[in-house]
Amino acid sequence: MKSGRFRRLDLLLLACLSLAGWSSARAQAADVDPAVLEAEAARVAVIQRASSATIAILAPGGQGGGSGVIISPDGYALSNFHVTHECGTAMKCGLPDGKLYDAVIVGLDPTGDVALIKLLGRDDFPRAVLADSDQVRVGDWCYVIGNPFLLATDFRPTVSYGIVSGVHRYQYPAGSILEYADCLQADAAINPGNSGGPMFNADGELIGINGRGSFEKRGRVNVGVGYAISINQIKNFLGHLRGGRLVDHATLGARVRSGENGRVVVDDILDESDAYRRGLRYGDEVVRFGDRDVASVNGFKNALGIYPKGWRVPLSFVHRGERVDTVVRLRGVHREAELAEMMSGPAKPEREPGQPGRKPGRRPPDDRKPDGPQPDDPEAPKPHGKPAGKPQALPEIVKQHFVPKPGYVNYFFNELERNRVWKSFVARGDWSAHKGAWTLSGKAANRDAVQFSLADEAASIKLPSGELKIELTGSLVERREPPQSGGLLVALSLWRRLLVVGPEAFGELTYLGTEPLEGQEQLCDVLVGSYGQVDCRFFFDRAAGRLVAMEMFPEEDTDPCELLFSNDAEAHGAMMPHTIEVRHGDDYKQVFTIDEFQFASEPSPPDGD
Amino acid sequence: MLVGRIPSKLFRATVSSCIAIACAGYGSAVASDGLARVIADAQPKMVKIHGAGGVRGLEAYQSGFLISADGHVLTVWSYVLDTDHLSVTLDDGRKFQAEVVNADPALELAVLKIDATDVAHFELAASVPANVGSRVLAFSNLFGVATGEEPSSVQHGVLAAKTRLDARRGTFETPYHGAVYVLDAMTNNPGAAGGALLNQNGELLGMLGKELRSSQNNIWLNYAIPIQELRSTAERILEGKFERAREAPPLAASEAASLPGIGIVLVPEVLERTPPYVDRVLAGSPAAAAGVRPDDLIVFVGGTLVQSSKGLREELARTERDAPIKLMLLRGQELVEVVLQPREAPTP
Repeated sequence: MKSGRFRRLDLLLLACLSLAGWSSARAQAADVDPAVLEAEAARVAVIQRASSATIAILAPGGQGGGSGVIISPDGYALSNFHVTHECGTAMKCGLPDGKLYDAVIVGLDPTGDVALIKLLGRDDFPRAVLADSDQVRVGDWCYVIGNPFLLATDFRPTVSYGIVSGVHRYQYPAGSILEYADCLQADAAINPGNSGGPMFNADGELIGINGRGSFEKRGRVNVGVGYAISINQIKNFLGHLRGGRLVDHATLGARVRSGENGRVVVDDILDESDAYRRGLRYGDEVVRFGDRDVASVNGFKNALGIYPKGWRVPLSFVHRGERVDTVVRLRGVHREAELAEMMSGPAKPEREPGQPGRKPGRRPPDDRKPDGPQPDDPEAPKPHGKPAGKPQALPEIVKQHFVPKPGYVNYFFNELERNRVWKSFVARGDWSAHKGAWTLSGKAANRDAVQFSLADEAASIKLPSGELKIELTGSLVERREPPQSGGLLVALSLWRRLLVVGPEAFGELTYLGTEPLEGQEQLCDVLVGSYGQVDCRFFFDRAAGRLVAMEMFPEEDTDPCELLFSNDAEAHGAMMPHTIEVRHGDDYKQVFTIDEFQFASEPSPPDGD
Repeated sequence: MLVGRIPSKLFRATVSSCIAIACAGYGSAVASDGLARVIADAQPKMVKIHGAGGVRGLEAYQSGFLISADGHVLTVWSYVLDTDHLSVTLDDGRKFQAEVVNADPALELAVLKIDATDVAHFELAASVPANVGSRVLAFSNLFGVATGEEPSSVQHGVLAAKTRLDARRGTFETPYHGAVYVLDAMTNNPGAAGGALLNQNGELLGMLGKELRSSQNNIWLNYAIPIQELRSTAERILEGKFERAREAPPLAASEAASLPGIGIVLVPEVLERTPPYVDRVLAGSPAAAAGVRPDDLIVFVGGTLVQSSKGLREELARTERDAPIKLMLLRGQELVEVVLQPREAPTP
């Protein structure tokens, strides 16, 4: 220990130093170009705004946590699957103002390592503005804000900055989950605890969710190579996540490999995939997928990794020297049981999240960790087999926002979204009053007169050439009349059924999420249901609430009968589509113009219920 | 308390002046556009190198950059190059078989050649020295993140110090003892060696070195070797003056040196390109007299780089046995030069 005299000397020295520091800083301030000071002030303001929406996520019982970012005033917030997985149903979220809020899990994307949660108790939360992450360029400034090492006990987040080092990066999954496709790479410090937190552009708009770094042999700390899930990818999944779902990523149903000269060639294809039905075969060259040219296998994986299961995405390929441009429906990566297992299974996948997945054939994980695991390392490996959602007493406000249901993360939000869609749809008409038979009279494209009769138990189509009638009792799987249509009469009948009986009585009608309609950019809200053993998907325009299309699948892995509704006009007090286009596969297409809708006043025999 | 607060004020003043410098550097949107342009100009000059490795924590890849329109690539000399299947992938995704033209183990430098013409490249003559405090950009394929036509990664930082690597002898085990730029960014990751260090105007400053960890505190060093240190050797290689004399025909067996003649037994040749490691030194031989030891790796014979046991034998077959033979050995991380004196001519 030093003597008192020495200490005083130290103090004096420090005081002198500090004076020197101040005076030089002052001298500099006077000399600094005003543009620099302005830029500095602008940066401080951007960081302040961006920080206000950044949250610290804490698992109940203080066992780990991470970061997140609020994206809507009513409290929806994004984080990582591998962060919220530690928390289960309920978590606490700290805002930079020091206040702590209860939050509930809403939706999960284990493959993409994304979680949607909702903070409860306010409808005026500060929120981040979502950027277009496809506009991000290498060399752009970025800010990483979050809660590294769970440092901030007062929830004021830590800010690090850097440049974007790479865009459209591909990082291999751990098993089949935590795949970072099409991600952003930055040299801003990303440490354990930053997981789930936001990456902002220079304007303070959200470009990605941090979740991973190339940690190999230097311990689990920043090595200047961090990855963020692009916000554009998350936008594609956001509808599904808001619907309380456990969402799946997509495959084409085909495996590709590198061919000569950087070509991407189909190596294997499933017969039952939509890609196969659209003509893709072994050995074909994939040239374009989604909105991108495909020049490498990684490029293809990037293009594919941003889509949810079930979306229809444009595909261009070369088959026997001829280019084919089509739209394919994507299959899921996992079976539903596999996904459910991920949610309820062990707290961690085989590999630590946040660790890069290792390419096949690369060296085995290097276990040397010079610094050893940090005691406060929220991503440090935890014992396997620890139940993820171990019984916890849910806070009252969380209980009010949580409905468990197999296959869902939180069914409460599915009902919420379904009811929202339905409410905006029925503003266009009350069809529950038209329980009697419907008669639609009009013309086919060839000007032939056509009349559809749709009732509860039967449906028919009348053309100059004759009449075709089907019964609507029992299984509808085999009733695919008229021929080649894929089941037009069943589809129309189920359309009427939805309108008449509504979502509660239709039969297992839930909110799916958002999907584009046959390769269009605009996303629709989609409700899915099944009746008579056939599955239906109903597409609603998100702005107008209009029902724009439906698809009826008599069986899995077949082409649906598609109805596209347009030319809405009022008929008997409800908006009715006066044009109905019918499609099935690549070959069947019919357009019916409806001139007159007749609703029988009373249901012929009263309904059984 | 007081002691704690005074430096924090000092710290704040320093930090804010640093931020101001950063803003002046390239903080505004316009300057950021400039940065994007500099990066876009540099990317086509960067290459990804794939070669030997892939086992026991040794990555089978590293970085490099083009230094001639004819496809010469500057990179670090490492085990990755020790293969017949060395490939160089350009920024546009084109992949070439590459050959090691020559290497200088003391500078840890190697020049590769691919069969390409009119490629974008850095002019070594246009490289510039840099001062401490300069903003820098580091380009490399660290962690092998990029494949095919995917661009190399870019990191930013500040040149923190100009110093000599051997300033702390024994701390960093490396054959290179010259000047280095120490960087404040996490640049020297696996696979980053051979990457390019540029200033914010896109001018070439240095080449990222291999991973180095201090044996004293386990801290990893982030550094680049200034081009000034590498330029003359690289240019001599480009001009062919550093070219090894492989065209020279073998001498008659009676005049040529040989392994038994100098008293060296190499490790068994199990691979096509077994590195010429010394297994045993025969007692009383020229090698023993010169202090050659088991486990030494023979890197140079005279002025010629040898990369395999076969290459060493061929080189000895071109070397006169009655003249002194200079060998460069890699012993651990130290380069050692020895001169083998010829055996006394047997008295009749």
